[in-house]
Amino acid sequence: MKRTTLTFLLCSLVAPLAAQPPYLPWQMENFAIPAALGGLRGDAVRGREIVAARERGNCIACHMFPIPEHPMHGTLAPPLFGVGARLSAGELRLRVVDQKLVNPETIMPAFYRDPVRYNRPHPEFATTILTAQEVEDVVAYLVTLR
Amino acid sequence: MMYRLVLLLSLLPLPLPLPLAAWEQPVSGYAYMPEQMQRMQDDEFENPGMFTVEEGGVLFHAPGYNGNTCATCHGADGSKLDPRAIARYPVFSPGHEGPLTLQQRINDCREHHLDEFPLTYDEPELVKLETFVRHLARGEKVNVDVSGPLRPWYESGKALYHTRIGQLDMGCHHCHDRYVDLNLRDQVLNQGHSNAFPSHRLLIADISSLHGKFRDCYATLRAMPYDVGSEEYIALEVYLNARGNGLPIETPGIRR
Repeated sequence: MKRTTLTFLLCSLVAPLAAQPPYLPWQMENFAIPAALGGLRGDAVRGREIVAARERGNCIACHMFPIPEHPMHGTLAPPLFGVGARLSAGELRLRVVDQKLVNPETIMPAFYRDPVRYNRPHPEFATTILTAQEVEDVVAYLVTLR
Repeated sequence: MMYRLVLLLSLLPLPLPLPLAAWEQPVSGYAYMPEQMQRMQDDEFENPGMFTVEEGGVLFHAPGYNGNTCATCHGADGSKLDPRAIARYPVFSPGHEGPLTLQQRINDCREHHLDEFPLTYDEPELVKLETFVRHLARGEKVNVDVSGPLRPWYESGKALYHTRIGQLDMGCHHCHDRYVDLNLRDQVLNQGHSNAFPSHRLLIADISSLHGKFRDCYATLRAMPYDVGSEEYIALEVYLNARGNGLPIETPGIRR
């Protein structure tokens, strides 16, 4: 009986840690990440939702997008109309994953940075901002902006 | 001759590229607020922060353990308090061997002259008293001297201001130095000065101390906040006040 309780306690302690997906490695080549994270396939429709969602990407807090149903797009970063024509999928992926590799001084958060490199993260947010699948969804959406 | 002049000029240090900080003169957050909020702050009857000032005024005249009140020394309604002295806080205190914020000064006063137990940092009573006292200096220009012994705290506050924190991995300077007057979703970014604090904040519909606002900023960046009254936040308070030197005190301000 005692042992069951102990096992339960241990499991409940470990469970939140185990729930996090592992951080997938990636390779930068010539200021781009050519390969999709974990070989995942992005969905542009989901990506568009993530871009606008306050608690997910919240990209429209700073960038303007052709998403007219959401008012009040931010003005502090470049508008991303036509960004899919200017940058390749791999270049877009690097900029979503960690823009600091392109511009070390940028304000833009790294959406898929190894969480062990955060400074003073709140324990509730010691994860990547987006999951690998969500990064791929956003990239798939950005590519459609032509 | 011309050749020499050109040579001499080329030896002069080149003008460095402009820092990304877009502003040279501090501008109060008031200037970046919508007109309704400005009117709300200016009108003493509409400004909800005035309730806190009044509550602070009651506490100012409430007798402590030994029967004294703040008014015993500082006059009714703080008439003997010097607004110029209030605007100099945080000051260096030899007794503390460090900075002393206005709130700590009030707490010390209560302890030593009213024989009261000291309150913990940012306790509602203390914030009310701080709001009342700082309101007495409304319009007085912030004037924190960091040329002397306060310098190390100014420097460490400045370093903290420029340190990336949290999951979003930004520093204070990213929003409040570089992208001032631009929109972050529906809000206009201001220079992040402390001259209106303690302020009535519309998002929490309550008075907010400066350290309370710091904790809120840390939460926004998804970072682990420091405690109110911590060494880090006091250093940040020293830096922010000195950074906004010359701005009129607006306590109680209205902020988002």
